[in-house]
Amino acid sequence: MSSFRTPLLDVKGLRVSFGGNEVVKGIDFSIAPGEKLALVGESGSGKTVTALSLLRLVTNASLSGSARFAGARMDGGQTPVDLMTMPEQALRGIRGRDIAMIFQEPMTALNPLFTIGDQIAEIIQLKQGLAPVECARVAIKLIADTGISEAARRARSYPHQLSGGQRQRAMIAMALACKPKLLLADEPTTALDVTVRGQILDLLTSLQKEYGMAVLMITHDLNLVRQFADRVAVMEKGLIVEQGPTAAVFANPQHPYTVKLIDSKPLRDVAEALAPTPAAPLVDAKGLGVNYPVPLPGFRGWFGKGQFAALKQVNCQVKPGQTLGVIGESGSGKSTLALAVLGLLTFSGELTVMEKTWSSNTQQDKDMRRTLQVVFQDPFSSLSPRLTIEEIVGEGLLVHFPELSTDQRREKVVDALADVGIESAQLQGLLARYPHEFSGGQRQRIAIARALVVQPQVLVLDEPTSALDVTIQKQVLQLLQRLQRDRGLSYLLITHDVDVIRAMAHDVIVMKDGEIVESGPISTVFDAPSNDYTRTLLKSTE
Amino acid sequence: MSSLTKPTQVASLSPSQRAWQRFRRNRLGYWSLVIFCGLVVLSLFAELISNERPMIVRYEGTTYFPMVKDYPEKTFGGDFDTTTDYLDPFIRERLAKDGNWALFAPNPYGPKTLNYFAKEPNPSRPTRDNLFGTDDRGRDLLAQLIYGFRVSVLFALALTFTGVLLGVITGAIQGFFGGKTDLAFQRFIEIWSSMPELYLLIIFSAVFAPSIALLLILLSLFGWMGLSDYVRAEFLRNRQLDYVRAARALGVGNWHIITRHILPNSLTPVVTFLPFRMSGAILALTSLDFLGLGVPPGTPSLGELLSQGKNNIDAWWISLSTFGVLVITLLLLTFMGDALRDALDPRKSDT
Repeated sequence: MSSFRTPLLDVKGLRVSFGGNEVVKGIDFSIAPGEKLALVGESGSGKTVTALSLLRLVTNASLSGSARFAGARMDGGQTPVDLMTMPEQALRGIRGRDIAMIFQEPMTALNPLFTIGDQIAEIIQLKQGLAPVECARVAIKLIADTGISEAARRARSYPHQLSGGQRQRAMIAMALACKPKLLLADEPTTALDVTVRGQILDLLTSLQKEYGMAVLMITHDLNLVRQFADRVAVMEKGLIVEQGPTAAVFANPQHPYTVKLIDSKPLRDVAEALAPTPAAPLVDAKGLGVNYPVPLPGFRGWFGKGQFAALKQVNCQVKPGQTLGVIGESGSGKSTLALAVLGLLTFSGELTVMEKTWSSNTQQDKDMRRTLQVVFQDPFSSLSPRLTIEEIVGEGLLVHFPELSTDQRREKVVDALADVGIESAQLQGLLARYPHEFSGGQRQRIAIARALVVQPQVLVLDEPTSALDVTIQKQVLQLLQRLQRDRGLSYLLITHDVDVIRAMAHDVIVMKDGEIVESGPISTVFDAPSNDYTRTLLKSTE
Repeated sequence: MSSLTKPTQVASLSPSQRAWQRFRRNRLGYWSLVIFCGLVVLSLFAELISNERPMIVRYEGTTYFPMVKDYPEKTFGGDFDTTTDYLDPFIRERLAKDGNWALFAPNPYGPKTLNYFAKEPNPSRPTRDNLFGTDDRGRDLLAQLIYGFRVSVLFALALTFTGVLLGVITGAIQGFFGGKTDLAFQRFIEIWSSMPELYLLIIFSAVFAPSIALLLILLSLFGWMGLSDYVRAEFLRNRQLDYVRAARALGVGNWHIITRHILPNSLTPVVTFLPFRMSGAILALTSLDFLGLGVPPGTPSLGELLSQGKNNIDAWWISLSTFGVLVITLLLLTFMGDALRDALDPRKSDT
């Protein structure tokens, strides 16, 4: 972008603090008209707060610095106004008309009680003062522009009647209703499935060209930045540590944090499967099916419930010392598969874990429980908030090794924690602490320690890294790889992230709508996919 | 993991300890708790504060303890074998004679003591003898208020306890097992809660001799349903969280999952509602007493005093002082409840 033009938005020394706690610590950046700037950082780096504070939408925060915006249309638009100091009423005129915003989760950003057509028409009516009929017509055209088919019919749909991708398209249509000069996009694709992400990104790119607007994209996803942005600014702990043209930053990162971020793609470091292993599989499922009861529509729902097949005729095997990767989008039944293998759901079909099957008796299942353990996705809900770390990790020992004395148990807990990289030497009073005192990555390590302490042979990993930041994700995957090499553990790894599968799995299952669409060794499936769906899935992360 | 190496100075606090610290920081709520607890403890020793019998009597070289033992009037030079009335001016005179002394409670009237020697007609306005006046039967109002407060608070504590116990147990069963158990229990609660509580109380008070225990049982039968719903909802939410699934995957039994994992995390609404349930119970008892359906006659009670105040509208001191005691009690409980609700609000941070 030419540096002679006046920037559309020029931010200088922006500081945001909440009650003495400064989260944005004086950042400078500018966006030229029609430029795509990406603001990258991990959770807690202050990137979302930065975007929200540009429109002064953060509550209870004290702002300082300046943000001169040259695109305000009300006074001819050429004299820049300072968004930080202008009166609230004037700012309201800019919001939605000159600067628009789209949010991460379209389900909560749209009002569930109005049709999307009405919601878009409302903006047009408010900002442009057109007649209601005219507004509705423009709204339908905007919806059609975002690539939603049958726009006139979809305009009469409520948010819950649309798919995630359609909702995000509707949000974009709403944001673009007044042809803004600047679009703030806060993680616009994070909540969407990988195959939809690409489409939304393409849409944003084409609309940006068509409208000639500038985009400030907030994201943690470097793939997305590479595909989309002209320039990138990297944020760490409230400061911009590096900014520059995207290609230059990626090719030659200067700041160590940028290096770390770019380097955070997980690496494959597992013992490869040699010749077809003769050993019997540890987990063997044949024709596995799970049905959920769902209410029937209308009158029939009074008397009975319908069945929704979340899992249909799934066959899979987890081999000793290897990882079976299960990949699929949300709703594909992959988490249901995990719960069924763990015996936490009633299922049909055949399932053996080390040649035993689940009964519904806790005592009878005890040995199986010990060999098969689980790590869940969300480290914030997977640890009971009112138990200490010692109680959480030691729980399995109480069940499976009740003969241990308190001291022996404590020793095993400390060992298990040390195994996952949480040393009591570094953390005073580690055992007596509560989960809220640990970061997401640490909690996930504690969850792994809880599973390991009973010395299982198979770990079910249900999206073990998707709630973590990329750099932490890499560390946790390295830990899992090391544990597999050292202990010969087998993993059933459930994820939506192709990179994670690529780094970890020996065999892969691709799932869609409760069914396996493709399966086999990773080399076959990923290098020569035979199924169209697998191909789109793989393409989306390239 | 750079944060791993960060040294920490603060001792680890459990979530409940942190909630307690947040509660303490709310001065209104904290001092309400202190004052309320103080008042309750004081009222537990009501016999030492307000009693028609002296604590110790020294009479002609012998020491007597009338508070714990009955002495006939003859002991102190009276004419009869009946228990001494220490308020009798004659006895008083004997006790004040040379070398004799008696140590009375600060307020020398019990809850049932009739002041036969009042200088004014009943109900007597506040005088030097009866600081808050007397009721229409000549009983000292201050004594009645102290003992009535005690009855109310103890009754409310007992009712809250039984209500919490029943509510938590039934809510836990419904929420944990879900499905058909839940469905059946919910229908039972719907039927049970549609029973007319007041009419049942009237009927039962006609059939059985009224007593505090009967009242407690009857009110307990109906007082658990609201809490049960809250606990059920918390259990339904918590039982599908990952830490419960992880415990199941470890092979932990149902009983341990309930007591160790779900219950401690489901008690927030229970604790939050405790003060409000207490004040509800106090009000319930007061209104039943007011209607004459509550505690047996003769038991000191705030509701009965309010009813007297209504009947003797000129005797402003009866209704005013009873009203004051009720308002202060309920206000303290409400302040505590507000502070507790804030302290347990998960969205509030420690800063």
